Amino acid sequence: MNWYNTLIKDDRWKMYVNGIEETIIISLGAIAFGILLGVIVALIKYVNKKYDRFKIGAKVCDLYLTVFRGTPVYVQLLIMYLVVLVAFPTRTTAIVTFGINSGAYVAEIIRGGLESVDDGQLEAGASLGLTRTQVMLFIILPQGFRRALPALFNEFIALIKETSIVGTIGVVDITKVAERIIARTYEPFTPYLVTAIIYLVIVIVLTQLLKLLEKKLAKGDKNG
Amino acid sequence: MANTTQPLISVKNLHKKFGTLEVLKGVDLDVQAGDVIAVIGPSGCGKSTLLRCLNLLEMPTGGSILLEDAFVFKNERFILKAKMKAIPDKKSEEYLALKTEYECLKKEEKLIEKTVNKTINIHRQKIGMVFQQFNLFPHLTVLNNITLAPIKLKKCTKEEAEAKAMALLEKVGLADKANAYPSTLSGGQKQRIAIVRALAMEPDIMLFDEPTSALDPEMVGEVLKVMTELAKEGMTMVVVTHEMGFAKEVASRIIFMSDGVIKEENAPKEFFENPKDERLKEFLSKVL
Ligand SMILES: Nc1ncnc2c1ncn2[C@@H]1O[C@H](COP(=O)(O)OP(=O)(O)OP(=O)(O)O)[C@@H](O)[C@H]1O
Ligand SMILES: [Mg+2]
Repeated sequence: MNWYNTLIKDDRWKMYVNGIEETIIISLGAIAFGILLGVIVALIKYVNKKYDRFKIGAKVCDLYLTVFRGTPVYVQLLIMYLVVLVAFPTRTTAIVTFGINSGAYVAEIIRGGLESVDDGQLEAGASLGLTRTQVMLFIILPQGFRRALPALFNEFIALIKETSIVGTIGVVDITKVAERIIARTYEPFTPYLVTAIIYLVIVIVLTQLLKLLEKKLAKGDKNG
Repeated sequence: MANTTQPLISVKNLHKKFGTLEVLKGVDLDVQAGDVIAVIGPSGCGKSTLLRCLNLLEMPTGGSILLEDAFVFKNERFILKAKMKAIPDKKSEEYLALKTEYECLKKEEKLIEKTVNKTINIHRQKIGMVFQQFNLFPHLTVLNNITLAPIKLKKCTKEEAEAKAMALLEKVGLADKANAYPSTLSGGQKQRIAIVRALAMEPDIMLFDEPTSALDPEMVGEVLKVMTELAKEGMTMVVVTHEMGFAKEVASRIIFMSDGVIKEENAPKEFFENPKDERLKEFLSKVL
């Protein structure tokens, strides 16, 4: 183990700081993109099921879910990088790829949340004269989203770890930093250990947040 | 606008099928302003379905519903269709005449359907509904449960809606629960809130589907009390219930449903003391 060569010499710890920044930017970007996409897809599928609308939209959504959940994200990343988003900065490519990929999982998680909301809620909303859009927006979505939150959080934790492959397309994230340092020190153990510890700390912090969240949610969510 | 003799709701020959299961087989019912109608009948006879058809939570499959003089549902061409089917000679004059009539009616009814699809929410605003399972919104406080619809539907400002909600809560003795979440309330409290939530939209008529059936016995009274007061204030009500006491004391008319039709309809005294229909006699002997 050589902590000095890994972290101190030539201010290499700064490379890790930049790597953390990169990983966080890509993860947050992908999460935001994934939620947006996931909520839209989940709503289309839910409305299709409950009101028999958006038939074609629902078919398109199914295709999207099948393709992006049925192929490895690594392959998706390469195809995006080499074929689809050639002209874009690699960071953008990473955010878009992970966003689309995560969106497929988020969609299913949120759809599960929406469908777990009792049909009586739809009926109560309708009986008050609220429009379908209002019922979705103010009654079903808040409840469904709330129930989906713990699973969503787990999906995000998984996503952060999955982004460790973005080095393949030249993004210098926490994992890629280790490779670069090894290229100079010829000692693989310490740099990878540091990388592992950083991921672990991020995940532990998020898991604790999740626990807090679950406690808070447990209060407001029983049958009305 | 409805005048005094015109029914608030007029149901004619209403049919409802779920797939091949025919639940309503021709229901006729007029609800006058100020009526308190109790609907009783054996389980599965279609009481809930009838109620849910009135505010179009279920789409009927035949017949018509008039709400304050305007059709909210009309499908009478199915009768002509059946008649046409019964005629073997598809070239006979009789058949062709029916066919012309059918096409004409179809045009009219499709137009009604189109209009109602756009105005269905406005109809529902006039009809309050209280469910057996309360169906309060668990993610909103009691106050927000009550004010959500009036505010979103722009019936009034937030301040007005809240003042109105508080006044109604006061009336049912739950003003102190305004900021509580539904999960912290008892069944009886939830149902009183559900009634207030419906009333906040200032409906012309209130529908109740077994409002006390999911309650512990000691909470039935507090809900019935609220409903009785409402009836005394002149609210038009249709109440599906197993509470024969309430039906006897509060209802202006009682309806007995069985096998998807209304078998008997009478004022409470006559209804209980002198039932005519055999099924009703049998039913009353069981529940009284
Ligand atoms: N959405 C539906 N799909 C299929 N069948 C249904 C549906 N809703 C109701 N039914 C059937 O219609 C029949 C009448 O149901 P309904 O709920 O109107 O009866 P009810 O008189 O209210 O009975 P209860 O006293 O048990 O509430 C039942 O056989 C029921 O299974
Ligand atoms: Mg019922």
